[in-house]
Order: sequence, then C-alpha cells, then structure tokens
Amino acid sequence: MKDFIIPQFAPGDDRDMGTPARNGAPVSLTIDGFEVVVPEGTSVMRAAFEAGIEVPKLCASDNMEAFGSCRLCVVEIEGRRGTPASCTTPVTEGMIVHTQSAKVRKIRKGVMELYISDHPLDCLTCAANGDCELQDAAGQVGLRDVRYTPGDNHFDPSGTGARSQSEARLRGGVQANPQFTPKDESNPYFTYDPSKCIVCSRCVRACEEVQGTFALTIEGRGFDSRVSAGAGFDNFLSSDCVSCGACVQACPTATLQEKSVAELGTPTRSVITTCAYCGVGCSFKAEMNGDTLVRMVPYKHGKANRGHSCVKGRFAYGYASHKDRILNPMIRDTIDEPWREVSWDEALSFAANRMKNIQAKHGRRSVGVITSSRCTNEETYLVQKLTRAVFGNNNTDTCARVCHSPTGYGLGRTFGTSAGTQDFDSVEQTDVVLIIGANPTDGHPVFASRLKKRLREGAKLIVVDPRRTDIVRSAHVEAQYHLPLRPGTNVAVVSAMAHVIVTEGLMDEAYIRDRCDWDEFQHYAEFISDPRHAPEATEALTGVPAADLRAAARLFATGGNGAIYYGLGVTEHSQGSTTVMSIANLAMLTGNIGRPGVGVNPLRGQNNVQGACDMGSFPHELPGYRHVKLPDVRAIFEKAWGVEIDSEPGLRIPNMLDAAVEGTFKGLYCQGEDILQSDPDTHHVAAGLRAMECVIVHDLFLNETANYAHVFLPGSSFLEKDGTFTNAERRINRVRKVMQPRNGYEDWEVTQMLANAMGAGWHYTHPSQIMEEIAATTPSFAGVSYERLEELGSVQWPCNEAAPTGTPLMHVDGFMSGKGHFVITEYVATDERTGPRFPLLLTTGRILSQYNVGAQTRRTENTVWHDQDVLEIHPHDAEVRGINDGDWVRLASRAGETTLMVKLTDRVAPGVVYTTFHHPATQANVVTTDFSDWATNCPEYKVTAVQVSPSNGPSDWQERYNEQAERSRRILSAAE
Amino acid sequence: MKIWVPMDSAAKALGADDVARAIAREAAVRGLDVQIIRNGTRGMIWLEPLVEVDAGEGRIGYGAVTPADVPALLDGRLNSLGPVDMLDWMRRQTRLTFARCGVIDPLDLDDYQAHGGLAGLRRAIAMSQAEIVKEVFDSGLRGRGGAGFPTGIKWRTVSDAVADQKYIVCNADEGDSGTFADRMIMEGDPFTLIEGMAIAGLGVGATRGYVYLRSEYPDAIRVMEAAVVIARQRGMLGPDVLGSGRAFDMQIRTGAGAYVCGEETSLLNSLEGKRGTVRAKPPLPALEGFMGKPTVVNNVISLATVPVIFEKGAQHYADFGLGRSRGTVTLQIAGNVRHGGLFETAFGMTLGEVVNDIGGGTLSGHPVKAVQVGGPLGAYMPVSKFDTPMGYEEFDQKGGLIGHAGLVVFDDTADMLQMARFAMEFCAVESCGKCTPCRIGAVRGVETIDRIANGDPGAAALLTDLCETMKDGSLCALGGFTPYPVMSALTQFPDDFATHKEAAE
Repeated sequence: MKDFIIPQFAPGDDRDMGTPARNGAPVSLTIDGFEVVVPEGTSVMRAAFEAGIEVPKLCASDNMEAFGSCRLCVVEIEGRRGTPASCTTPVTEGMIVHTQSAKVRKIRKGVMELYISDHPLDCLTCAANGDCELQDAAGQVGLRDVRYTPGDNHFDPSGTGARSQSEARLRGGVQANPQFTPKDESNPYFTYDPSKCIVCSRCVRACEEVQGTFALTIEGRGFDSRVSAGAGFDNFLSSDCVSCGACVQACPTATLQEKSVAELGTPTRSVITTCAYCGVGCSFKAEMNGDTLVRMVPYKHGKANRGHSCVKGRFAYGYASHKDRILNPMIRDTIDEPWREVSWDEALSFAANRMKNIQAKHGRRSVGVITSSRCTNEETYLVQKLTRAVFGNNNTDTCARVCHSPTGYGLGRTFGTSAGTQDFDSVEQTDVVLIIGANPTDGHPVFASRLKKRLREGAKLIVVDPRRTDIVRSAHVEAQYHLPLRPGTNVAVVSAMAHVIVTEGLMDEAYIRDRCDWDEFQHYAEFISDPRHAPEATEALTGVPAADLRAAARLFATGGNGAIYYGLGVTEHSQGSTTVMSIANLAMLTGNIGRPGVGVNPLRGQNNVQGACDMGSFPHELPGYRHVKLPDVRAIFEKAWGVEIDSEPGLRIPNMLDAAVEGTFKGLYCQGEDILQSDPDTHHVAAGLRAMECVIVHDLFLNETANYAHVFLPGSSFLEKDGTFTNAERRINRVRKVMQPRNGYEDWEVTQMLANAMGAGWHYTHPSQIMEEIAATTPSFAGVSYERLEELGSVQWPCNEAAPTGTPLMHVDGFMSGKGHFVITEYVATDERTGPRFPLLLTTGRILSQYNVGAQTRRTENTVWHDQDVLEIHPHDAEVRGINDGDWVRLASRAGETTLMVKLTDRVAPGVVYTTFHHPATQANVVTTDFSDWATNCPEYKVTAVQVSPSNGPSDWQERYNEQAERSRRILSAAE
Repeated sequence: MKIWVPMDSAAKALGADDVARAIAREAAVRGLDVQIIRNGTRGMIWLEPLVEVDAGEGRIGYGAVTPADVPALLDGRLNSLGPVDMLDWMRRQTRLTFARCGVIDPLDLDDYQAHGGLAGLRRAIAMSQAEIVKEVFDSGLRGRGGAGFPTGIKWRTVSDAVADQKYIVCNADEGDSGTFADRMIMEGDPFTLIEGMAIAGLGVGATRGYVYLRSEYPDAIRVMEAAVVIARQRGMLGPDVLGSGRAFDMQIRTGAGAYVCGEETSLLNSLEGKRGTVRAKPPLPALEGFMGKPTVVNNVISLATVPVIFEKGAQHYADFGLGRSRGTVTLQIAGNVRHGGLFETAFGMTLGEVVNDIGGGTLSGHPVKAVQVGGPLGAYMPVSKFDTPMGYEEFDQKGGLIGHAGLVVFDDTADMLQMARFAMEFCAVESCGKCTPCRIGAVRGVETIDRIANGDPGAAALLTDLCETMKDGSLCALGGFTPYPVMSALTQFPDDFATHKEAAE
C-alpha cells in the first residue's frame, strides 16, 4: 500500500490583513514609495499589507471592523495633520503614506513601552511564547527597555514590584495587589488570564461581530478596564459564552489561551482538513506537534465557515483519543458472550464466513449494509459497492433515511435535484429569512453566526417552530414573526402562507411563467386558493394566529430576496416530503430560486449526509440519484465493477428490521451509525438486531448497536484518514490525514479488507482512486478529482464539463429538470394524536454542545454544558401534574417509556414538551413511534403523543437496558 | 413691585432660595403686592444672591443679599448697587448669547419673545436649508465646546448627507473644571438653546434633537425639561414648528457622570445606551453619528448663539472678534479671583486684562502665578503670557488653548508639580480605557511625576517622552491634551519641579 505523504497544504495568503476586504472602485495611492491600487473603502493598513508592507498592529484583525485603540499602526499622511491610525483611515486617491517615519516609530515605541509596563516579562514560560502578537510587535518596534518603574499593574500578585510572575512567585506571600485577578479556568477548553490582557477588545468584538453572542464586554474604565464574561459575578462558564473559540482565536496574547496549547506546547505544523460534526462543513487547520493534535483552528479561507467555528469543531475532538475507543478487532459467537480480541485476519474471516453462510442458507438478499453519514464519500461509496457488487443485492441504506430523505424526494420532485440550492455566502445577500423547523444556533452554529450577522445588518426574520428557539430572540436579533405551530401541522402553515400569497396576488407571475410549468401552477393556484387553506381556517388546527401568518406571508413575498432554511423539524414527520414540496412551491411562487440571497436550503445534520446520499446509499439509487431499475445506469457500474447488479431496489432500514424480526434478514454490516440509539422505537430496533445472526459494527466505540453485534471492527477518526465530505451546500471538502490511524487502518481499508475476505479482489491504494471511480461513473462528479480539490480548495457539485469549477448556485438559468414543478400539497393530519392517555405532544431536537447520539461529544468536556437530557415542559402543564423544576419524571408514549429530569420553561407552548436525544441513559427514542413519512419512511420523531408524570427514578426498562449493555460490553483481552 | 431672585444653581448655592422665601414671607406679613420672579443669573457670582427690585424706576440691584437683609430691602434701607445694567461688569460686556440670561423669567416664553426670542427661528423658517447653513457659515461661529471647528462647515456636511433620518445632538456634558456657561444659559435662558437646535434642525434637515445633559446639573435638567414641554405646547417644537409645516422635536437625556462623555463620539455611544467609549474617526459623526445617521453634535453655547445670529444677521455677529475668532467669547472666570463669573465679550481682549482688570486679580491678594485656560486639559498660562489675546489661533501660538473658555486663576502658593500630577490623575480617573496611551499612560504619568518629586533625575525626560506619546498617540482629546497642563507646568515653572529634586538631594 502506498504510504501517502501528508500534504502541507499551501493555502496561499494566510496573513491577517488587519481590516476586512472591501469591493469599491479602484483607488491608487503611494505607501512608502510603492504604488498600490485597492478598492475604495479599504483601510490604509490593508492597502499597506496588499503592498507587502506590514504595519505593526494589535487591535486590528481582518475578520472584524477597525477599532483604532492600540495606536501602534499610526502613520503619517502627506497633507494631513497628526498621525492617524492606519486601520481606521480609508484610502483616498493619490494619498501618500509613510509607515516608517521617525515620528511614528517614536510613537510606536512609546506606546509599546506602556503596554509592556503592564505586562509580565514571562515570555519564555508563557503558553503563547512564539505565538504572541504582543511579542512580535514589541520586536517589530524595537523596544529595548521599559523605563517606567513597577507601579500600578495587573500582573504582579505579590504587589512587590516584581516584573514577572515567576519573580512574584519567588517573592511569594500574600496576594497584595488588588488589581491582580487570578486566571479563570472555568471553561474546559481555554483559560482567561486577566493579568496578560492588553485590552485590545478583539475578543469582545469577535464575540459580537463574528459569533454574535455578545457574551463579553469590557468592565471598568481607564486603567481598570478588563475583559469580562457576562455580569460581574459570572465566569466564562456561567456566562452566555457558547465557547465558539472566536475570542481565543482573536486574542493576540496568552490572555485567552487553549488549555491544550498550555499543556502540549505550540504547534509546529498544520494540516487543513474538514470538521466531522454537522453539515456546515467547516474547514480547520489541525495544528500538530509531531503526531499530537494540539488544537483545531478554523481556517480563514474555508468557504463554508470563513474562519469561524463552534464549540464542537473547535474543541470537542478529544473523543478521538478517548480511553473508550476500541483499537482491536473483536468477535463473539453470540451476543450474550463477552467480546474476544482477535487479529484483523481472524475477525475479517469470521465475518466473511458468517455472511457467506447466511447468504448460502437464506439467499443473497438476506444481508445488507448501512452506510455512514459520518464517514467520507469514498468510504460510503465502498460500503454501498460492497452490498451491490459483493453481496449481490441493493440492501443499503443510511442514516439520511431518518433525517433528510424527504428533502431528496421533495426537492427532486419539484426542482429536479436532491440538494439545497445555495452556498452559505448567499445569506449575505438575503433580505428576508424564513426558518422552518430548524434551530441553527444549536444545530448549525457557524451558519447561524453568519445569519445573525446579516440579521444585524437589517434582514428580516420569520421563524416557524413550536419552540421559541434562540434565533427567535437573542442579543441584537429578533424575529419579526415567530409562528409557534402545533407539532405536525407544517403543511397547513406553509400552505396557508402560499394561500395568502396567491389570493392576495403577491406571487411573482413573470418568474412562474418563465421558469415553471404554467399548467401545473394554475392547477396548484386553484387548489391553494381554496378557503380551507386560509390562515383563518387553519388557525384552530395549527395554533398560529391568522394575522401573524398573513403578515409573515406578505413580508416573505414582498420583502426582497427571500431565503428559506429548514431542518429536521420539516422532514421528520409523516408529511415530511409534503412539507419539503410545499416549501419548494413557496420559493417558486415568490420567484426566490436561482440567484444569490434566495433559495431553499436544507440544513443538513451530519457532516456528510449530503455525500452519503450522493454516493448511492439508498436502496433504490445508484450514485448520483439514478434509479437502480434503469438498465443503462446499471450498465455503467456493471462495466466498472465487472459484476451484475440486482435490478430490484433493496431494503430500507425499517424494512431490514422488519425482515429480521420475520426471519428473512440475517446479516448486517453497519458502518459508523448507532441505529439502536438514533432510530425510532428502540424496542423494535433491538428486536430486529437480536434476531440477526451476524451484525458487524464498524465504529470508534462500542456503541449501543454493538450490544447486539457479533463482530466489532475498530474504526478510524476523521483525523486519521484521507477522503472528502460533502456539506449542506453540496461543497466537496477534503479530509486530510493528520495522523496515522490508531486502529491501524482507515475505514475504507477495512471495508476493502472485508470485501476481499469475501472474494472481491479490490485493490485501491488511496481514496483518490475511489474518487476517480466516482467521477468516472457519476456525471455530477465528473470533474471532481483530488488534484482539482487541491487547486480550488473545494468544489460544489455539479462539477463537470459544463461547470468545471463547480456550481455555487443551482437553477440559475432555469431548473435542472427544465421547468419547476408545483405539487399539490394537501394537509393530512398524522395518525399520532393526543388523547386522554397521552395528552401532550413531544418533539425532539439537539443542543449546541452535544452532537446527535453523543457518541463523540459525550466523550469530551462538552458534557460540562449538558450532562443529561432534560424534558422541557410549560409551567402550566407542569403545575397540573404536580411537577416542579428539576423533578424526575416519567415520559410515556404508546411505544414505551423512559425517565428524565424536567425543566419548566415557556420556550415550549402549553401542550408541547421537548427533549434532546444525546444520552443513551435517557433513550428518548424508546418513546418515539414507528410512524413515518409517507414517501420515504423518514421517522416521525418530531411528533409523539406522550404523558408526563412524576417519577422516583429510572424506569424498569432503563435498568434492564443498562444491565444488558454492561454485560454486552465485557471484553476478554487477547491474552486470556 | 417686581423682585427678581435668581434660581441659578450658583445663586442657590449662595442662599438665593432662602432669600426668595424671606422676601415672600416678609411681603405677606406687610401685605405688599410683590411679584417675585426667579430669573437666571447675571453672571456676577461674587454678588450672588443678586436681588433686583423694580419699583417703577428700572431694575436696581442689591447684593449679596442674605435673608437678614430682607426687611431692610423692602424698607428701601439696604444699600443698592444701582441699576444693574449700569454696573461696570455689565456695561463692559457684549452680551449676544447671554443677552436675556438673568433678565427674563427663564420659563416665560412671552418674556422670551419680548426680548427678541423666536425672531431668529421665524427668519430661519423663511429661509432654505442652504441659506440657513450659509448664514451660520458667514457668521464665523466656531464650536464653543473647545475644538473651535467652524459650525457652518459641520452643518453643511450634515445638510449634504443623504439619509432617512438626521439628528441634532447638543453636548451639555459640561465637565471642564472652572466652566459653567452651559449650565447658566440652560438655567437662565433655556429657550435660546431650544430655538438654536430648532434652527439647526431646519438647516440640516434633522427632525429630532437630544440634549445630553450631565447628571450633576439637576437644576438645568429640570429647567430644560420644563422648557421643552412649554415649547412643545406652544408649537415651537413638534410636527409643525411655528406653523412652518416642518417638524422638529427634542428630548433631554441625562448622562451618567463620565467626563469623557463630553467627547462627542463617547457622548453618542452613551446616548445610544452603550459604554461611553471613544469612537475612531472617520466616520465623522456628521455622516455616521447617533444611531449611525448624520448628526450635528454642537456644544450648548454654539447652539444657543445661533438664534442671535439669525435675529441680528450673520454680519452683525461676525463684526465682533479678532482674526479667525469671530463673535463673542463667553468667558468663565473662576479659581482664586476676586470677581468670578460669566463675562461675554468679543474675542480679542488679552488674558491679563481678563484676569486683572475684569477679574480683579486674586481673591487672596497674592500675585497671580498661573491661569489654566480651557479646563483640566488646558495649558497653564504664566503671567509672562498675559498679553495673549483671547482667540483660538492666538492661544494656539502660545502653546495654549481656549477650549470652552473657562479660566482658573492660581496665586503664587500653587505648587505646579502638584497641578501637573493632578492633570495626569484626572486623565487616569476619567480615561475611557479604549486607547493605550491614555489608559496606561495617565497612570504612568502620575507615577513618573512622583518620581520627579522624589528626586529621580531621569524622570523628567521620561515624562516628556510620555507626554509626546500621549499627545500624538491618543485616540481623543482626553489623552491627547493632558500633556498641555503637564508640559506647560514643567516647562514654565521648572522651579516647582527642581525644588523637589533639590530637597531630596
């Protein structure tokens, strides 16, 4: 196997240019004798950097507006009085600037002398040593002496006039300096050391301008000015800080410093890669010391995140080296036995033999695979290839089944492609944002920050959600309309909006005539104009006040560029596909498809859920969303793979489980997914798994599904492999191996070994070869190659001859399918109804600090923010049940019951309760039902009729489950 | 019989309320028909409470009156000062801005109009926006808050800016030590400020105004708030200013006690509800000011002078003054001085004339040592510079600044090292903390002056370097001008710095 050399990705210009880029008309000026031409509005500082002239700076950074406080960047400009700060001075035509006159050099040195007079001289033992802008700037200005005698300062705890903290320690004793504040170590990932703060306000501005949380401020004034998180009695942990890391990134000194750097030292090399959490797909620099990951730093040229990050991608990577990680293959004959550690060969031949035997006994369709939205495109492609080319059936499905399968179906029907229409940059040109069933500040935090920035610039916001999520109202953001619908009534609400737009004549008729099928539209218009869709008619059903709904519809239709962002609150319903289509109708009605600032944008949950769908993970589709029944499509792959492909679509996950219970489905290879915890109706999933004869789990950890497995193949983390992820904007990002796999093999290698153990004879030596095969067989990927990705950083599919650099915006010159199709979207109530036994509606969701089933985030310090799932209930509903805040309650549905802690809040309306599903101890999916989307079987997670009652502790089921799990996780080491 | 007793807070501090009560009581006992009018001050603080009686022969002054003097006053036995208008202090002045202050009942709009009030606004209403701006430009009026920036240019910038909303903000955060002109006019003639702001609104197309008034001025706040209500009731403010069909309305906002909020960008931040920290310029407040909209930020005296310019014409105003300093300067004479108070006169009088002639020298009788002109950030002017005429450029040439035209007089007992230390300490206490030269520099300044006091031979050079860093490097005038008092003390009174050094040796 080829030993792939880790590429030192040369990203081009990675310098901090001091102030943001502008796009005005060209202005030419002279800086230190060099002529430079920059866009109007550019600062003198940035112009100097463009000319290759570095002006010393401390408070300026190019991801935030100029501030002008550090006074190091002063310059002289001919014809102007004084010494203006270059960061706050815009260029003008013909300006002549001197950045290095004797006068400005003297000012800089004088200012630096003041800085250092209130900064400890501990550089050599400081965590930022070598990575400190204050240190750099002091060198740049040539400071050679601090003439001030030790006076008032913030750094000397001893109060004895020590010039460094090490000297202060030697002098020892009492804390005699009232201006000294000890380090705040409350945040698990970084420290705040006020004694090193230079009060540049970069952290405060990053929190405001980049993240949009407004958790930080400067407290006190004058010499007493210090950064403060929250109010005076708060520390970083108890404040509103969401630990996105923007402040740490912005800090020029060691004041805000990653604990990992303090512990491991400054990194010596870095590799650009892609985050493996949500579907935003942030680019990061993995900064390394040898093969030790020191920190993850958001990459400023990452096109999805533009240099920003959230707590998960930035800090929560510790799971990759967690002690729970399984590094050796294991097998067992039955699930009641403990695991036996064995060699890879033994494990693979054990698995291959079992699968072959099952197929021999029960037929070739008795086994299947589940691909992972967490793994790379190349790995996913191989897993579906395994079942299609080696098992000889189409039994492949993926976790998109339980999240965005309705998106694929709904957008395919209406627009002709199963994907979002925009790139994330598009939000910067949006005027009205409509969010339906998504909670971006928790689920897609980096996109949420970009959205909030646009909202602060004046864009309007409409939120359709049963719960008052943070985006409805938070610092400097407030939705114009929050439509708190009753769970399960999405179609009624979106249709009512369309009704208002059509009946009030607010639709964009010219657009519809030009871009859409006019006959279908007329049919649709007649349907939607019926008074039964009027907001007044549906108000009783949806709970949304008609006046608000009308006003929101008018705003969306007339407010300029309208963009719709939606999440699983749309798809995970019995009418999930219908809602997706009604959203598409709404966008077409208002002419909001095909240009920047508009569009229909599914916010994808997992890092590679888009890619997993693209790669042919569904049982009826080969890569590129082409039906397996089509002979010409099969022919392409049959030729490439040298096998015959089954023409019958395979089983979906729920069908696999049903068939297992029935005894016709016996073997499963499940890569990187924990269906027991994540899929609905846990009892049924467990029964299905228990009925199988060979369950192969390929994962980092002994997850809940592995409790029912016979073979465990250890997986590799995203840090240990090469490949690509495709994010929610169809952007194919490179994942780069920053360290060798701790388990010995990258996941694609393990799949290949399993295939070969079954006689496949594959011989890929690098994922780039798999991508070549994908490109050769899949038209929308035809232009994708690792070379192209190196060159462009990333590409958005379709990428082919027609679009060699990819496609940021879809449907620009018309819909991919020719005409846009309006689809009739009749509201049909779910069969899941409240009644006397189960009078409340449960809806589920995620929280910022945890990720899905929590397999990763629970194994990081993120648990400090969320160590258990809690049930949100309205105080009225709690009061009539005699429930107090913090009580332990029983949550029961007709499917099952569990117990958890309760939180009283008016974020949920009366009649609605809410919880997260991050912790196996809670197993929220014990209560969810087997109802699902009519078109795609996507489970109806978002609506379950439940009852809540006081409880004393864990349910019997939880206790039994824990016992079984514990027994099932026993491991005999290889030596025994 | 009409009796005027000032309600100005300086007069009240000297017992004016007690005197007014005593007059009312005594008049009631005697059954006299006395109308007591609470006016503003005439500006002769050493005569306060200055009671004026008009028994048909004009306004005769008595001062300083105590409650015990009241029976004698009503008997006609109390020694009078004679007709107030004929007093030397009054006769020598050119009262344009302060013409009505102390004369009228501050909250009587009819009295205001009877003394020329609203004539300027009526004239402005008949003028176009461009004509209004030109009138101010032609008057030569410059910012009286201290910077001396031509008001007409500022108005023109705002007038030319295109925006859906513009604002007039009056800076009434009068924090300079030894200054009180803003307070006196707001307490003594509030309508002139309101009229000036309304004219500004018409001139630049602003429909809303705010007075940012320091919390330390409770009387001024009360008077201004009452005046705004009256002005609104009488149609001077509102959607249809004096029937012009044009709108202008305003609010009084109270500060929270930060000196730096007198700096216009900090003031705007504070007015917006943010921390009162300085904003970098550009953008100029004239283009992106209050709430990011084009905003005129003018000092009280600048705006209160606008009505008289429109009433009497730009040329009338511009005819007074010296060089590029046109019109009148409202001198506030304070400190160790015999005759302290407000004295409005054309620019051009020398500093020595003001201190010795108008002010009557020190109260202590000792020789004058220095005069600090322009507030706590102004230079100490030694007697050797007493020939400097009051004028922006003239003071600048002598290393000083007029600022808001407050003068604080010191006699020869003043220790100038301690005064320099105070300047640094003041800067340290009042620094907003945004820029480094001010935030850290002021603290180091105090420490370094202490080193000089303790005989450290190298400290004076360090102080000089520090002052240069602060002057050239600071973001706003607080850090940038603190070196004026410090360096003027150090260079002009070297003995005060050397004495300590020698004492230590």
